[in-house]
Order: sequence, then structure tokens, then C-alpha cells
Amino acid sequence: MKNYAWPWELRRNGVLNMNKRNIDYIGKYNQRKFYKRVDDKLITKQLALANDIAVPDLIGVVEEQHKINEIPQMVLGRTGFVIKPAKGSGGKGILVITHVENGRYYKPNGDEVTPNEVYRHVSNILSGLFSLGGIPDVGLVEGLIEFDPIFDGFSYEGVPDIRLIVFKGYPVMGMLRCSTAASDGKANLHQGAVGVGLDIATGKSLYAVQFDKPVLRHPDTNYELSQIQVPNWDVLLHTASSAYEMCELGYLGTDMVLDKVRGPLLLELNARPGLAIQTANGKGILDRLKHVESLKGPTLSVEERVAYAKKHFCSNPNF
Amino acid sequence: MHSRKPFFIFVALLFISGISASIYRSVEHNVPFFPGKQVQSWSVEAKVMFNGTSKPAEASLSLPQDPAFDVLAENATSAGYGLNISEGEDRRAVWSIREASGRQSLYYRVTLVPTGQLKVDADEEPVTPEPFLWQVTERGAAEQIINQVWERSASNISYAQQLMDVINDSNQSQNLALLLSVNSRTQLFVQMLQSKGVPAKLVSGLMLEDQRRRQQLNPYVQVYQDGEWILFDVENNKQGRPDNLVLWQHNGMSVLDVIGGSNSQVNFSMLKETRSALATSIDMMMNTDSLDFSLYQLPLEEQSTFKGILLIPIGVLVVVFLRVIIGIKTSGTFMPVLIALAFIQTTLLTGLIGFLLIVAFGLMIRSYLSQLNLLLISRISAVIIVVIFIIGLFTLISYKLGLSEGLTITFFPMIILAWTIERMSILWEEEGPKSVFMSGGGSLFVATLAYLAMSNSWIQHWVFNFLGIHLVILAMVLVMGQYTGYRLTELKRFKPLAEDK
Repeated sequence: MKNYAWPWELRRNGVLNMNKRNIDYIGKYNQRKFYKRVDDKLITKQLALANDIAVPDLIGVVEEQHKINEIPQMVLGRTGFVIKPAKGSGGKGILVITHVENGRYYKPNGDEVTPNEVYRHVSNILSGLFSLGGIPDVGLVEGLIEFDPIFDGFSYEGVPDIRLIVFKGYPVMGMLRCSTAASDGKANLHQGAVGVGLDIATGKSLYAVQFDKPVLRHPDTNYELSQIQVPNWDVLLHTASSAYEMCELGYLGTDMVLDKVRGPLLLELNARPGLAIQTANGKGILDRLKHVESLKGPTLSVEERVAYAKKHFCSNPNF
Repeated sequence: MHSRKPFFIFVALLFISGISASIYRSVEHNVPFFPGKQVQSWSVEAKVMFNGTSKPAEASLSLPQDPAFDVLAENATSAGYGLNISEGEDRRAVWSIREASGRQSLYYRVTLVPTGQLKVDADEEPVTPEPFLWQVTERGAAEQIINQVWERSASNISYAQQLMDVINDSNQSQNLALLLSVNSRTQLFVQMLQSKGVPAKLVSGLMLEDQRRRQQLNPYVQVYQDGEWILFDVENNKQGRPDNLVLWQHNGMSVLDVIGGSNSQVNFSMLKETRSALATSIDMMMNTDSLDFSLYQLPLEEQSTFKGILLIPIGVLVVVFLRVIIGIKTSGTFMPVLIALAFIQTTLLTGLIGFLLIVAFGLMIRSYLSQLNLLLISRISAVIIVVIFIIGLFTLISYKLGLSEGLTITFFPMIILAWTIERMSILWEEEGPKSVFMSGGGSLFVATLAYLAMSNSWIQHWVFNFLGIHLVILAMVLVMGQYTGYRLTELKRFKPLAEDK
């Protein structure tokens, strides 16, 4: 039993589990009819623009097979771009080109991507290989995010992104996801990215894990993770909180990045955010969810909700 | 959030109706709960013999009608004879022939299954019999005994009991000796009962004993009391019926009538048999047309199809359990169930080897296809065709090598295999071989468990014979759909969060 926890130990610490998340939170607070607002990144983008939420540039949309050949035209003159499926899930099917030289494309790790590979990748996207249920999809070509140099050293071969869980409009828990060599530049914790728990009140780091084990330094850059202070924290909280009005999903995961020039950008929304954020914070999320559930009274504005969350969901570093 | 009460009431109803339907099937139709259960049955042969007189002949034999035994199968054979079995109150087999000469032998065979229902209920109140008219020489003696016994009794049964004791008394009175000199004990018993207006009738019964031949029917008496006919064996001074006694004729009719023949007799031989309880109950249901809701009504081919289909809920239940309660990840939600179905045809080891071979070869071919820049739909189609080639190749090779197990590889669902190969190939490209082995291993593990559950002979027996089980499975799946507790794998995953803060 050394490797296993007793269920009551987890319950005492308010650890939310998959079945309960699905039934009591996603099933209860996320209406099926609003899913497409987050599952289709094209719709998310349009909604965000309508709500004055900043998002990465949309260079173009590839809806049909023959339009794949227009991609070089679209990205002409850019130093990098990203191709992603509109209905992808779990970060699947995202192709990041960070370097363009003489019409040749290079991934963040320096590997060249041949036009053939790009063609096949987009063709797979259109066929629905990365979408939920395999339904036909469209490919989005987005501008590359020029990530804020303040994050130099946080992350290896990728942009660190900020995940906030927004429950009924209140940001309840946050983490910074930093890609590593092990995660191949991806920000998914189960692939080996470092998850850094963030204090809702300040945006300071609280705790950090890789592969569910606590870490003090980034494994590739050796950056001290306890020193992280996410800039523009209030803007991030406001953006995340206002995403609730935008998509009307009660239990929501928001993924944001910090652009050097444009500040916080909303990357995508997630109607089924994962549970790893608890491990990254070293803390169960259930108590905070119940706290928000117990709130009575009229619906508060975004500012009021952010202020409330900053007041009630602060924690102390746990390194 | 609406209340969960109606949901739980619904689930409880499903559960209860499933269980009660199964119990009904077991009790009412004697479908055994366990496969391989044996029941005793009796094979009885009645041989009718008479001397023909070169004239038209007709022999009519009474057939058994007894709630304690169900007729499972019966047939009557005799060359040259016409046969008619008349149904109704008095079941009889009637053989007829235009000309019978010499010694004639007619056979009636019946398979009887004990039902345990030893009580004989009277359908209606029997009429009070006319007092028996005694011979002048016997009347005085008879009335003296009857009146003595009547004084000492309170009911039909106690009167019959006392009477049987008196008739079998070793210190016979002179009166009794006189009566027994002209009547058999059984006859005398019936006559004395009827003299006091007690409904009683003479019946013929056959004692069943294994491997007996040339047995005769014995006379017994049924006495009416409170809606029930109670059996008395006067010759042996016994009341009540043993469970190996068949009432062959109990309507007061003759056992055998022969017209146009002489010197007729009937004797019986019998054999105890052991047969499958399930086959017996199916045959019984066939006989009585009570296959009200049974798949045995279907043609054999559809039956065997359903035997496979009805295992799917079991496989699904295993998958739901392993995913919701244990938390094992599989590639494709119900792919393991389909693989497990194939394992049932191939057996486990052959199936596992075959599956791994096909998927491994498929992945190799798929890696070549991925260089061709095909559309997803045509790539999958190409993989399906290649999978068929692989299956054909392996079948041929194993046939040439004389490995008959290899031939069953054709039972694998090809489309599912093609999708599995496609998914695993993508997984390999995206997350590396480790994820492929994890997800493939998880799927095979789930498929193996589902196979073990589905190939269990008890489970196969239950899902096909007790359709109510499927309501129970449905209820269990619904309840698990409401389970909000931790999965077993989450107890490990969240172990770091279990420490006291």
C-alpha cells in the first residue's frame, strides 16, 4: 500500500477525481449546447474577438484539401507559424514552426519539416484524425506567439502556458505549464512538462511537479521554480474570469500565454480540464469548488469575482 | 440538479425485475441455475400383448396422467398398426389393425421426469358415491365391521386409516375372513368406504425401480378429503405415496381394452436415466408450448448468434468496471469487447499471438503508408485490405504447418483491427512507443479479463437462459455511471496529495 493512498485521505484533502468531475461538475455545470464554443477553436476565437479578449492572430483557415497548397502563400514573410486542428483535443495535432528560412520550415527543436509532412499533417487534420470522434475538421493557421522574455528559462523548446480553472466565473486554481525536453516541447503534464502551481492572489509560484513528483528546478534550464512571478497576473485573472460570460460553461479550463508585445492571449478553452492542476498545486481543488458552490446572492461582475477569488483562494508556497 | 431518487427507484426496479424474472424461469420452467446439473428421469416401456384372431383388432391402453411426473417424450411403435393417442380427461393410446393373427406385441415408451408434486388435488368436489350393494351372504358381516370402525373415526381419512388397519389385522375376525375369501383387500376397502358415502376410487400405479422388467400395475385406492385425493396402499398397509410411484390410471377406467383379441396382458419394464437438467427443461417447454419468452424458439442458427450477442453485455460490464472503478485506459472504448469476442472463437493464447502478429505487421505496413501522403479514409481502407492479406497469409501458413489453431485467426474483426493499427500508429508518432505499449497492453488486459468472464460456462449459461440477468447488468451499468468515488489508479496518482497538511 506504499504507493496507494486511502480514499478517505484523498477525500479529506479535497482531491477531485475523474468520476466526480465528470458527474458533479462537468455534467452539472457545462451545458452540452455550449460545448462547441470551446471545442471548435475557430468559434472560440470569433467569440473572444467579439468579447474584446486578445487571442493569437489568425493567419488563415484551411477548410479543404486543395487549400493546403496555399499555406506557403499565407505564411509568406513570417518567421514562424502554428497549424492546429480547430476541434483538436489534448494538444493533439499542433504543428509549431518557429523558424522559416528560404521557404524551409523548422520545428522548435531544429528539425526540418518538409512540405510533404506539412501537407500530410493538414490532410490528417481535415480528415478528423485529431478531433473528438473523428469528425471532419478544419485547420487553423495562427501567428507564432513571441513569448515574453520574462519567461526565459522557465521553459524548454516551447511557450509556457497558464492554465486557470474558472468555476462559475471565479478563478479557483492556476498553474504554469513549462515544456521540457522530456515533453518534446509540449505543455502536457502527463508527457513530462513541469507543472508549477500558482497563487491565485499574486501569481507567484507555490509548488512544482514533474511526472507527479515535486521538483525545485527546471530539469533542462535549471531555473529555480520557486522564483516565478507571472507578470500581468490581474489581466490574466480578468481574461479567464470573463471567459465564463463568453462561453457560459460553469466548469472551465482557460489556457493563456504571454506575448511579448500583446500581453496575455487566450489560447484555448477547455470544457473538460484535467485534474493534474491539483498535483501541481499540491492541493485538492474540491474545497474551493464547494466554496464557490455555496455562494449565494446576485451574479457578481468580473472585477468583483476576481477580487473575491484573490481574497479567498490565496495560499502559501510549499517548496 | 434534479433529485436522484427516481433514478435509484428505476435502477432498483430493473434489478428486482431482472432477479425475479430469473427466479421465475428457474422455478416455473425448471431451468437449472448451474449448467451441467443432472436430473433423474425414468424411461418406461409398456408392452401390450394379445392373441390375434385373424379379425380386425383394437387395443386401447390407458396412458399415465400424474402431476408427480411430466411426460418428456413418448412414442408408440408397432408395425402395421394404426395409432391414435386421444387427449383429454382420459389419455389413451389406441392401436388398430384390419387383421391380427398370432401373438401380437405393441409397445408404448414414455420418458417421465419427476416434478416433486406428489399431492393430487381434486378439480372439483366428487359426488358422494351410491352405497355399495353387498351380497346377501356378506352384508351382515360387512355392516358389522363398517359400523364398528365408523364409530371409532372422525373423518374420511381416519375412517380409511382405521379400516385399513382392520383389514390388515393379523388376528382376523371371522367376519373379515368371510369377506376376504371372496374379495381382494383393496376391493373390500373401496366397497366399505363407499358404503359410508366416502368418495374413494380404485387406481392403478406402477412402482418405478431401476432395471426392472415384466412389472405389473398394482392396485391402490385414493380417498377424498378436503380437496385432495390421498393414496392408500391397502395390500401393504401403507398410507401416502412414495415418490417413485406413477399413477398410471386414476379415472376408474380400465387400463387395457382389447377388442378382437384374446389373452391380453400388459407388462412394464423401466430404466432410470440421468440427463441434463437444461435439456430436460427445454424439452418440457417445447412440449407444453410454454416457450413464452425464450430464445429456444429461434432457429438453431439464430440461437447460436444470440449466444454470442448476449455475451456482449458481460464484456461491456467488465469494461465499464475496469474503466470507472479501476481506471484502466484502453485504446478505443469497446474495442476490447470485440477482441474478447474474437478470443472466444480462437481461444486465449492463439488469440493473443494472432492479435499481436496482425497489429505488429499492420504497424509496419502503416509506417510505409504514412509516407505516401494519403487521405485518412483511403489510408484506413488500405490498412483494412492489408489486414485481410495478413490474416489470409497467416491462415495459409498455419495450415501448411499443420497448426489448426491458426485457422481461427479469421474471427478477428478486421475493421476494428485496422482502426486499432491506425490509432496506435498515430500514438507512436505523437507520444512514442511507450504509450503504444501502455495503451495496447491495457486494451489486451481488459480484453483478456472480458474474455475470461465471457468464456465462463456459468456466465454463458446464465446470459442465455435467464434473460432477466441483462436487466441486472443494465442496472449495474447505470449505477456505475453514477459512481463519483476515486478510481483505483487515482489512489496511486494522487498519492502525493494524501499527506496531512
